[in-house]
Amino acid sequence: MYEGVVQNLIDELGLLPGVGPKSAQRIAFHVLAADPADVKRLAHALLEVKEKVRFCRICGNVAAEDECRICRDPRRDPQVICVVEESKDVVAIEKTREFRGRYHVLGGAISPIDGIGPDDLKIRELMARLADGQVTELILATDPNLEGEATATYLARLVKPMGLKVTRLASGLPVGGDLEYADEVTLGRAFEGRRLLDV
Amino acid sequence: MSLYRDEGVVLRTQKLGEADRIITILTRRTGKVRGVAKGVRRTMSRFGARLEPFSHVDLQLHAGRSLDVITQVETLRPYGEALVTDYPRYTAGTAMLETADRLIMGEKEPALRQFLLMLGGLRTLAEGTHEPRLVLDAFFLRSLAVAGYAPALSGCARCGAEAVRAFAIASGGVVCGACRPAGAAVPAAETIALMIALLRGDWAAADASESRHRTECSGLVAAYLQWHLEQGIRSLRHVEREWAGRDPVGRDPAGRDPIGWEWPERRASHPEEAARTR
Repeated sequence: MYEGVVQNLIDELGLLPGVGPKSAQRIAFHVLAADPADVKRLAHALLEVKEKVRFCRICGNVAAEDECRICRDPRRDPQVICVVEESKDVVAIEKTREFRGRYHVLGGAISPIDGIGPDDLKIRELMARLADGQVTELILATDPNLEGEATATYLARLVKPMGLKVTRLASGLPVGGDLEYADEVTLGRAFEGRRLLDV
Repeated sequence: MSLYRDEGVVLRTQKLGEADRIITILTRRTGKVRGVAKGVRRTMSRFGARLEPFSHVDLQLHAGRSLDVITQVETLRPYGEALVTDYPRYTAGTAMLETADRLIMGEKEPALRQFLLMLGGLRTLAEGTHEPRLVLDAFFLRSLAVAGYAPALSGCARCGAEAVRAFAIASGGVVCGACRPAGAAVPAAETIALMIALLRGDWAAADASESRHRTECSGLVAAYLQWHLEQGIRSLRHVEREWAGRDPVGRDPAGRDPIGWEWPERRASHPEEAARTR
C-alpha cells in the first residue's frame, strides 16, 4: 500500500477496462515520473471528453456537437441507413470506405437474459427517421452473434410493412483464413450466401 | 480429472476481458459448468460461433481452480440458427435458458433430467410444431416438477379434496373452497386441464386449447415459477405472447406502446402476481 494520493490514483486506474492492479500501479508510476505538462494535457483531455462529447440528436453516434460529423455531411447519401449496435461499429465500417450512406446507433442489442428489450434501444428514434419516406434501404449491421441476429430479425419484421429494401450484412469466411478451420455454422452461412463468379 | 469431455447446451455467455467469454453450459454428466472460452470474440476465432446460446455441443474442458477452460468444441445441433429467425420463439427460448440457469443452483452437480428436458424443449421449439408459449409453459411446469416443485393440479393441495376451486400459488397448486386463502386466483377449469396436459406432454389436448385459457395458464405458471425461484425471470418480461392483433408498426389497437409492451390483462387477472412484480 502506498501513501494516500498515490493509492487513490492506482485504485481509480484499476477501475478502467483491461487494467489490473499491477498495470494500474505501472501507469501510476509512469504518471508520477512524467513531465507535468504531459500529465496536465491528459487530465484536460479526460475532462474535455466528458464535457464536450454527447450523442448525435439524429443517429445516436458520439458527437462533439448537436449532430455528428456524418449526419452534418451533405455528401452522405440520406437514402441509405446502416443500423449498428455501438459507435465503435461506425468506426469499423468507416474504415472500409465502402459505405457512403448514414448510420443509426442502437446502443446495444436485444438480450432478454440480460433484461435488455427493444424498449431499451434507440428503435423508436429509428422508426421516427424512417417515417418521412426519404430512406429507401436499411442495412442491418448488428453483430453476427445470437443477440445481433435476433435484433436484426426484430427490426426487419418491424419495418417490413414500410416497403423498404432491408438488407443484412453477409456472414462467411474471414479473408486470410483457412477453410478447414471454419466452424460449421459459419461455413454453412458461407454456402448459403455464395455468389456467382462472373469472369 | 484435469481434462474432461462432455456434451451440453450453452445457457449463457458473458464477456470477459478483451476477447474472451465466460460460457455457462448445462452438461449431460457434469451438470452446470462455467468455463472460459479464450479469444472467441475475435472474428478469426475457430469456435466462437459454436458457443452461442442454444447450441448443443460436444466439448472438452480443462479443469481450472475457479473456472474451467474450454479447449475444443464441436457442434451437435445449433438450435439458435432456427430460433433467431423467429422473434417469439427466440424470446421464449431465452426464458427457458434463464430458468434452467436459475433453477440449477450448484455447479458441477449432475442434473441429467434437467439436461434432457432442456434438449427436448429446444428441439420442440425449433421444430415449430407447437405455439412457443405452450412449449415455454410445458418446459416451466416440467422443470418445476424435476426440481420437486410440481404444482398439485388434480386434488386440493392442502386437504386432498377432489372438488377444487382456486389456484393458490403459496399453497402449492389448486385448492378447494374451504382451504382457499384470500386473494387466490380462480382460473377456468379448462386452464387447469391445459396445465395438466402440458405437464403430462399431452400435446393433442394442449394444441386444441383456446387462446384465453393459454393466456391464463401462462400467467399462473409464470407466477408459480417465480414464487418458487424467489426471484423474477428477466427474460419473461420480453417474451412475446400475443403478437397478432397489433398493427405492423407495432402499435396494438388499444394504442399501447409496442416496444415496452407488457401483459396488462395478466396483471389485472392475477392480483397475487401483480403485488409481487410491483
